Amino acid sequence: MISSAELNRLRWRCTRRAMLEMDLLLGGFLERQFHDLTPAQAVAFIQLADMEDLELWPLITGKRECENSLQAEVVNMLRDVRVK
Amino acid sequence: MSKLTISVRKFDAVIVGAGGAGLRAAIQLSEAGLKTAVLSKVFPTRSHTVAAQGGVSASLGNSEEDHWHWHMYDTVKGSDWLGDQDAIEFMCRKAPEAVVELEHFGMPFDRTDEGKIYQRPFGGHMSNFGEKPVRRACAAADRTGHAMLHALYQRNVRANTQFFVEWMALDLIRDADGQVLGVIALEMETGEIVAFHAKATIFATGGAGRIYYSSTNAFINTGDGLGMAARAGIALEDMEFWQFHPTGVAGAGVLITEGVRGEGGILRNSDNERFMERYAPNAKDLASRDVVSRAMVTEINEGRGCGPAKDFVLLDITHLDPATIMKRLPGIREISIQFAGIDPIKAPIPVVPTCHYQMGGIPTNFHGQVVNPDGSTVTGFYAAGECACASVHGANRLGTNSLLDLLVFGKSSGDSVVEAVKAGPNALKELPADFADYTLARLNRLNTQKGGASVNETRLELQRTMQKHCGVFRFKDMLVEGVSKICDIEKAVHLTEIGDKSATWNTARVEALELDNLIEVAKSTMVSAEARKESRGAHVRDDAPDTAANPNGRDDELWLKHTLWHREGNKLSYKPVQLKPLSVETIALKTRAY
Repeated sequence: MISSAELNRLRWRCTRRAMLEMDLLLGGFLERQFHDLTPAQAVAFIQLADMEDLELWPLITGKRECENSLQAEVVNMLRDVRVK
Repeated sequence: MSKLTISVRKFDAVIVGAGGAGLRAAIQLSEAGLKTAVLSKVFPTRSHTVAAQGGVSASLGNSEEDHWHWHMYDTVKGSDWLGDQDAIEFMCRKAPEAVVELEHFGMPFDRTDEGKIYQRPFGGHMSNFGEKPVRRACAAADRTGHAMLHALYQRNVRANTQFFVEWMALDLIRDADGQVLGVIALEMETGEIVAFHAKATIFATGGAGRIYYSSTNAFINTGDGLGMAARAGIALEDMEFWQFHPTGVAGAGVLITEGVRGEGGILRNSDNERFMERYAPNAKDLASRDVVSRAMVTEINEGRGCGPAKDFVLLDITHLDPATIMKRLPGIREISIQFAGIDPIKAPIPVVPTCHYQMGGIPTNFHGQVVNPDGSTVTGFYAAGECACASVHGANRLGTNSLLDLLVFGKSSGDSVVEAVKAGPNALKELPADFADYTLARLNRLNTQKGGASVNETRLELQRTMQKHCGVFRFKDMLVEGVSKICDIEKAVHLTEIGDKSATWNTARVEALELDNLIEVAKSTMVSAEARKESRGAHVRDDAPDTAANPNGRDDELWLKHTLWHREGNKLSYKPVQLKPLSVETIALKTRAY
C-alpha cells in the first residue's frame, strides 16, 4: 500500500514535468486511474513517471517499443487517458 | 509542521531555478570556486527549457553570410522598438561565443557535411537589415532544449555545483538597506524551512504562463521568482507583454504547430465558414500569428465560436489526403488524438489562441543585475532567463531568442556575481533579526486558515479571468473590469485554505504557495495592460487600431517607455527605453512590418 506522503510525491512528479503534455497525461492518469492498478502495474507506472518526458513520449506514440509486457499494459492505459 | 522553525545555511551564492539560465549561471560560479547552492522544484533536466525545440540563434554564418548587427536589427524590430538596444547588442554579439561554448560543453548540434554547426531559417531572422531570410538557428533535431539542459547539467556535475532538488524558494531575504541576502526555502520531502544566506542571489525561475487558462506552459511555470521579487518590493517590468500562439488545443493548451496551416489546414467557425478569408483575403489561414489570433478571438466574441460554450474555433485538415497527414503531420495527429480526443483525419481540431511566453519580468541590465526604478542596482540580486526583463524581447520575442537569452544572461549574471563576491567582504552581511517573520507568518496563516477558499477553484478563476479580460486581443472595458476582478480574486488568494496540514510532501501547501506567486503576476499583467493605451508588439488593443498617424496602433510619442508595476499600492511608473546601443548607431524607429 502506498502511503499518502508517497502518493503526494508521485503526484508532484506527475504534475511538475518538463512538458505540459506529460503534466496532463500523467497527472490525469494518477487522479483518475492509478488507484485501479494492480501492485505490479503501479510499480510499472512509477517507473514510467521516473522517465524523462522525451523518453516517455515515444513509448506513448508507439515510436519506441516498451521494455516488457507489463510496461506495455500501463502505456496502453496511458494512451486511453482522455484529457478533456 | 505544528511549530515552525528555521535553520540557516551559508553559501557564497544561491541560484533559484535549474533550467537553462540557472544552470548556465551556476557553471560560472562553481568553476570560479564559489560555494554555490542551486534550488529547484524539480530535477534540473525536468525543467521547462526542455519544451524549447526550435533552436538557438547566433550569427555564425556557417551556411551563408551573417552578422550580429543584422541579428540585432531583427531583434529590435521584433521587440517593436521596446527592447533596450544596449542589451540587444550585447546578446547578439555574444551569441556566437555562447553557442560555441555550449558545443564545447558537449551539446550535440546538428552538423553540415563539413562538420560545422548546421543552421536553419526561422521566422523574423533576416540578413542585411531585414532584406531576406537567413539561416541563423542552431538546433539538435527537435530536442534542442532537452540537449542543452543535459549538456549544462553535466558541466555542473563536473564543477561540483550543489543542487537542492524538490525545494521551493518562498521569499527573498532583504535587509533595511535593500540588500538581498538570500532566500527562504521549503524542502518538500521534509517540510523543513531553511534560510539560504548568501552574498549573491540569482533568480532563474522561468516564466509564469500558468496565469492563463489556455497556456502551452507546463504546470511548473507559476512565476515564483516574480512573486518573491514583487513581495520584496522589486517593481516588475513590461508585464503586459505576453506572446500567444494562435493554435493551442482548446481546454488543454497543447501546441499545434504552424506547420498544420502550412500543409493546408483551414480555420472554421460555428457556421463552418473559412473566416480568415474575411480578415486576410490573400494570406488567409497563413497570415501572421497576431492577425490569425485576433481573427479567432473576434469570431468567438461575436458568437461564432464552436462547442457548447462557443469558446473555440476549429482547425480543419479533414480535406487533406490521410496519407499526407500520416506522412507530414504524424506528431500533430498523435497530439490531437491524445489531447483533443479527435483524429484530425476524421474531424477538425478545437483550437484557441494560447499563452506561450512572458516578455516582461524582473528588471535587469545586461550584466544580469537587478535594477531599481531609478537605475541603481539592487545589491546582491541578479536575474536571468524568462523571469528577467533585460529587456531584449521588448514587446515581442523573436523565435530562438529565448534559448539565446538564457545562455547569454545566465552567463553574464554569473560573471557579475563572481566579480562582486571576489571584490566584496569575506564575511556574509548579518541577517536582520526579523528576516523570517514574513514568510513564517504566511505559512502560519495557511496552516490555520478556516473557512477559506479552495486553491484549485481560486487558481481556475484567476486563469479564466486573465484569459477573458487580458488575452491576445484586448478591449478597454474588459481590461477595466479585469482589474477589479483580479483584485477580488487576490482577496481569495490571501484566504486560501488547505485540508492537508502534514509536513512531508504536502503538495497542497506547495500549490497554495505557487498561487501566491501567480496572483502577483496576474495583477501586474492586468494593471499594466489596462494602463497602456496603445497597441505594440504582443499587446494589441481594440481601441488602438492601425491609423495613418499611429501605424499598427503604436504611439511612440506617449508610449515608447517601459512599464514598472509596484506591488505596494498596485501602482505603475515608467522608465525610458534604452535606444542607445553599446557601439553602433541607434536602430531608428520604424513601423514594424514583415
